[in-house]
Amino acid sequence: MTIKDISTLLNCSVLCCEERLGSDVHMACGSDMMSDVLAFVKDQAVLLTGLLNPQVVRTAEMMDIICIVFVRGKTPGQDVVELAREKGVVILSTKERMYEACGKLYESGLKGRKEP
Amino acid sequence: MSIVLKHEIPGDDFSRAGEASSAVKNKLKQMGIPPEVIRNVSIAAYEGEINAVIHANGGEITVTVDPDAIVIVISDTGNGIPDIELAMQEGYTTASDNIRALGFGAGMGLPNMKKYADEFDIRSEAGKGTVITMKIYMKRPKD
Repeated sequence: MTIKDISTLLNCSVLCCEERLGSDVHMACGSDMMSDVLAFVKDQAVLLTGLLNPQVVRTAEMMDIICIVFVRGKTPGQDVVELAREKGVVILSTKERMYEACGKLYESGLKGRKEP
Repeated sequence: MSIVLKHEIPGDDFSRAGEASSAVKNKLKQMGIPPEVIRNVSIAAYEGEINAVIHANGGEITVTVDPDAIVIVISDTGNGIPDIELAMQEGYTTASDNIRALGFGAGMGLPNMKKYADEFDIRSEAGKGTVITMKIYMKRPKD
């Protein structure tokens, strides 16, 4: 699945890094606790969250997460978008709630972390 | 030859937490360090940086890059940790609701640091501060 597929499935607005919509995404993680996200590592992941502060982008940066989806129609501040642009992290915003957004992606084949 | 990266961790602005770890990550990328090593260093450093901001009003991070390993030292002059064994337990936290609302303080910081580091050491003294030393090998030992 590509970031563009996610954007279409969840009817997202793209807030930055549109040029990277063609990137492949292999798994997803949905959480408002960044500490929990930091316990989860995999390549080419997408993070779904309702948290809007710059630490969401920092967390994505440290973990090489390539796309953040803000749920419940939330739009982050310009400082957050700018930081994401600088780090090359695609920012999407969807009106879907967390549960529905995760459910739709899972149903379409995007799975969570496979425990080793 | 060792390369030493040193950054101050400002304690007064949570929105800036992560800048030091970000600077370290960029430098390691430029140096051509393997991506998986960079990620482990970045996460361990970032968790430590967040902790220093939340609990100790900032501190200092020193990253030493050697040919066989990267050593991260995060030190602060905060109140110290009275019971390290308790603090190492997953889910144990003394962070305020305010910090939890920012997405941290789930009691995963120290356990995560230990998980991503190949060697982990924590020393703390009441009223003096905490020093965490983490070593990440350039090549992961075979399981």
